[in-house]
Amino acid sequence: MRVIADTNRCLGAGQCVLADPERFDQSDDGIVVVLRAEATDPAEQEEVRETVSHCPSRALSLAD
Amino acid sequence: MTGTEIPEYPLARTCPFHPPAGYARYREHGPVNPVRLYDGRRVWAVTGHAEAREVLLNTGLFSSERADPRYPATSPRFEAARKVRNFIGMDPPDHTAQRRMLQSSFTMRRINGLRPGIQRLVDELLDAVVAKGPVVDLVPEFALPIPSIVISELLGVPYGDHAFFEQQSRRVASGTSTLEESADAFTQLLQYLDGLIQDKERSAGDGLLDVLIAEQVRPGILTRRELVDISLLLLVAGHETTASAIALGVVALLEHPDQLAALRADPALLPSAVEELLRFTTIADSVARFATADTELAGQPVAAGDGVLVVLSAANRDDTVFPDPDLLDLTRRARSHVSFGHGAHQCIGHNIARAELEIAFSTLFARLPGLRLAVPLDRLPGKDAGGVQGVFELPVAW
Ligand code: SF4
Repeated sequence: MRVIADTNRCLGAGQCVLADPERFDQSDDGIVVVLRAEATDPAEQEEVRETVSHCPSRALSLAD
Repeated sequence: MTGTEIPEYPLARTCPFHPPAGYARYREHGPVNPVRLYDGRRVWAVTGHAEAREVLLNTGLFSSERADPRYPATSPRFEAARKVRNFIGMDPPDHTAQRRMLQSSFTMRRINGLRPGIQRLVDELLDAVVAKGPVVDLVPEFALPIPSIVISELLGVPYGDHAFFEQQSRRVASGTSTLEESADAFTQLLQYLDGLIQDKERSAGDGLLDVLIAEQVRPGILTRRELVDISLLLLVAGHETTASAIALGVVALLEHPDQLAALRADPALLPSAVEELLRFTTIADSVARFATADTELAGQPVAAGDGVLVVLSAANRDDTVFPDPDLLDLTRRARSHVSFGHGAHQCIGHNIARAELEIAFSTLFARLPGLRLAVPLDRLPGKDAGGVQGVFELPVAW
């Protein structure tokens, strides 16, 4: 599973960085930077799913 | 359904941290119910968590445009707010353009950089509280100055003017202000900020307003009036709401000694405790939208032009998402609460508020382990229906 960020939709409020700072970062203008896209083990995938659901602008999505 | 059967919105809280018992009626027919506003208008109250998110995410179908007469006013103060135009009351793409101008000042990195200063501020305020000795009212001595000083410094607004802007902000945010009172409070704040921004145009400081003058006003991207309207929002929303969240969070913890003990025993619980307190107290009771086209919400037809009221305090008590929603449980996964809203208009300051709440709670309870309310809970004067929720006073002893 991979997480994909649509930087045009990102609002930059940092919900994802708050939830999972090892996977997400923000550029200086606040836009999301994915540090690690892959999630392999089930616990990790669950965490990523939850973070994606918290994104207030639906900028994050999942792909296989 | 006849008119008399439609419940009114808003109602006043009887307990400062629980939604009014009467809100149960907004769930009678499922997650979307008709309610009647003060001006007689009938709108849809959305109380389901999923439906709340659905409305807040879909800015195309559910407009935030406050200048539009279809935008519902839940109290007279919203009529006065219509002439102040900034991103909270705008739709994309105008909303997006203003929000992008502010984004870089609200990143996690910038906010983490503010933390040491917030900690110093909280320590100093508590020194003064201790020196004053019990009984102390924590609203003016602690809950209000924390966010007020932080937002003043961030914007570059002189904190020396705090008595003025705090009082006017209160009049703007109160659910019981008359149209004249809130219009007057808006006018005073707008004049003040216009004067401040003119001063800054002559001699720049180092706040966010100074940055916006240099980067947006000088090149002609923003007019001064637009910047005045934006700064009004940042100043008012930056302190009034967080002050209430700090005060109500303290009350909720003091009234749940088992939860407070759990937090004391395990400081690692702090971030999830803050999320749960945000969910539980829900300072902003609702946000309004109107439908731009005929649609359906949870099977309920909604017509173009209908007002839609997302009742955040009710969505945060949706038992399909938060089991036993009326229980304060600092260990639950509360992060999907909608206390900051959701979607494009989610509160831009949410991570500053989180930093302030974390530092305020952890430092207060470590410093004053014997903290207790100095009056019974039912004697705390609660804020009015429909506005920012909270308490006007919080006398404590230790
Ligand atoms: S949570 Fe969504 S909007 Fe916020 S920074 Fe991350 S990707 Fe952007």
